[in-house]
Amino acid sequence: MKTMTLLPIAAAALIAMTGAGTASARPLNVVATTPDLAALAREIGGDAVAVVALAKPTEDPHFVDAKPSHIVTLHRADVLIEGGAELEIGWLPPLLESARNDKIAPGAPGRIVASQGIRLLEVPSTLDRSRGDVHALGNPHFLIDPLNVRIIAGEIAAHLAEVNPASAQLFQANLRTFDARLDAKTADWQKQLEPYRGAKIVTYHNDFVYLAERFNLEVVATLEPKPGISPSPAHLAEVIEKMKAEKARVILVQPYQNRKTAEAVARQTGAVVLDSAQQPGAYKDTATYFQLMDTLVRGLATAFKEKT
Amino acid sequence: MLQRLMLAYMLLATSTAPALAGAVNPDISAVGQQGALDSLTFAVRALQARVDSLASAGEESAAASRAAQQSPSTAPVARAGGTYMNVSYDGLADFGWSSEPNVGSLQGGDHDPHVRGFTIPNAELALDGTVDPYFKGFSNIVLKLNSDGETGIELEETYLLTTSLPWNLQLKGGQFFAEFGRQNAQHPHAWSFVDQPLVLNRMFGPDGLRSQGARISWLAPTSWYSEATLSVLNSAGGTTFSFRSPESSELHGGVPVGRGVRALEDFLVVPRIATSVDLTATQTLVLGTSAAFGPNNSGPRARTQVYGADLYWKWKSATADRGFPFFSSQTEALFRSYGAAERVSAEDASVTLSSETLRDRGVYSQLLWGIKPLWVAGLRGDYVSGDAGAFDSPLRGERYRLSPNLTWFPSEFSKLRLQYNYDHRKGLGADHSVWLQSEFLLGAHAAHKF
Repeated sequence: MKTMTLLPIAAAALIAMTGAGTASARPLNVVATTPDLAALAREIGGDAVAVVALAKPTEDPHFVDAKPSHIVTLHRADVLIEGGAELEIGWLPPLLESARNDKIAPGAPGRIVASQGIRLLEVPSTLDRSRGDVHALGNPHFLIDPLNVRIIAGEIAAHLAEVNPASAQLFQANLRTFDARLDAKTADWQKQLEPYRGAKIVTYHNDFVYLAERFNLEVVATLEPKPGISPSPAHLAEVIEKMKAEKARVILVQPYQNRKTAEAVARQTGAVVLDSAQQPGAYKDTATYFQLMDTLVRGLATAFKEKT
Repeated sequence: MLQRLMLAYMLLATSTAPALAGAVNPDISAVGQQGALDSLTFAVRALQARVDSLASAGEESAAASRAAQQSPSTAPVARAGGTYMNVSYDGLADFGWSSEPNVGSLQGGDHDPHVRGFTIPNAELALDGTVDPYFKGFSNIVLKLNSDGETGIELEETYLLTTSLPWNLQLKGGQFFAEFGRQNAQHPHAWSFVDQPLVLNRMFGPDGLRSQGARISWLAPTSWYSEATLSVLNSAGGTTFSFRSPESSELHGGVPVGRGVRALEDFLVVPRIATSVDLTATQTLVLGTSAAFGPNNSGPRARTQVYGADLYWKWKSATADRGFPFFSSQTEALFRSYGAAERVSAEDASVTLSSETLRDRGVYSQLLWGIKPLWVAGLRGDYVSGDAGAFDSPLRGERYRLSPNLTWFPSEFSKLRLQYNYDHRKGLGADHSVWLQSEFLLGAHAAHKF
């Protein structure tokens, strides 16, 4: 008799514990692999979402630790936004294997792969690791191009609406606001950089090609000889020669890259090292995509002005 | 009819809208061309608005436009990331010298260097992929060369893993490394040292604890990570060393009894609970306790219990470049209570060894310092001992070992490691060994668990 009365209680407790029968008023748990995707989700989702990013804005997004706490975060996610194009290949698969969450299974409405709507640059014609750790699907650092962001924002809005139809109108309205602002801002950024059309830049990793393409800059060299391979003295000597010959005087470095190497090259070439994070939140007052791009574009314009 | 055609046209237009944006991107850049961008944007907007109005008129068309948007024509053809099966190959080679001529007596692990000179202890073919909407599949086939140059082959692991069981559960079935502690379930290429820790070698034998069976795991619905696993495995074979292993006479000195499976208690049962917290944004702690219970073949009713505790701590810089710099510390302590039955001595059939409980313990602790990208310095200390028994086994005497090493990863796909072992066995004295290990990895990009 006792077990008879306990059974329904146990069942109820189990349901409560496993999170079944969730209230619709609760904000959607949105997990983004990187802070840039998280920032977009916040713009589109507004108050109807609670967003967390797995990677820190200051760390190399290729090498995030598959910490057990991320398993819990992914287990509770209603929506997962990943960059794709093998950016997270070294750490996301084992996390998802343990997360046991059907809502974010491949193909589910709660799974957004940002790269899927993007025309990726530098898709290799042959796969050969003697060229370094080249991504088979193309260069995954595409969010630095505002037009790509526009496409992804649309994808996010569509998926969020599918997962939570009750807030579909809110997501659409937020998307319209975001798009309008992005269009205006993009024009502004293009205007700021237009005087420096064709300006030559050097980057540490090959991670600013989308920026260069959108704003008509030219990446003349990377400090890494090949993607993922540490700079060697011989390669740096070549870079220095090339920078002198091409009059490239701005080196872009992300927070996790070796600034000292960049500074050494800058000293020999009269160049300036520009701290240029791609992830919102890496520096003070860069929490949103707009703030991040404002800071980056202003920094570039200032550097070009000083060095020409 | 005309209306239907228009509808089809508009669906097509929305489905190619992202493609259009992508295709014209390179040309839209100058402020002078801002007008072109604006007009295009306007055109896309207008089309979007018209589709939206159509969508509200008919649910069906909305669904279709979503479906069309999901596969924009600009999506690159999936290649490496989209294959049905990931295939990778890992080759390990060791080269070195030891003051002990019989290197095998010092380096007990199957994936350790075995001889003065060159050893190929592990050539591993790993296959994995998604089977269907319900399962993932994994298989590791290991080839290894013994000290006579003979090739050995083993099906190291092959298992199915469920992907969508309810109630936070997950099942695994097949042949797999038992989830006991941290290192036991890791493949040699993920190890931070050239050789197996002494305590794992003593408790679980040269190949670690693995067998055929099933495992159920439950992720607790807590705000921090907490997972309980329970494995039920066959208790016989060369990779269940402390249980019904044909090599058990090395441990207890008796002739192993033929002992079949009569009841549930004749299976090997391995429970584990692991929990983890992020101490700070850059520091993570993982704690685990494990046990293994099962029959041994010193006698028809003899049983073994192994208990373990493990602790892992890692700090990784908030501005980590390729995962560096970092510090980590990993410690595992194990205790074994081996219930040896009254048994006939394997050396002399006229001698009977009395029943006794053989108690063994051991610990290893390793510190790793990721100094700068692709360079890791390590230091490991090992200690093992066992209480005296009726039979003096070299696998139970007191021993300690100190191993500093340095690893360089030329890239993510290769490594070179230099290690020195100061090895002290009670009664045999000290030995010195130096090993250089190289590794290469081909195929699918490896992903690492924490």
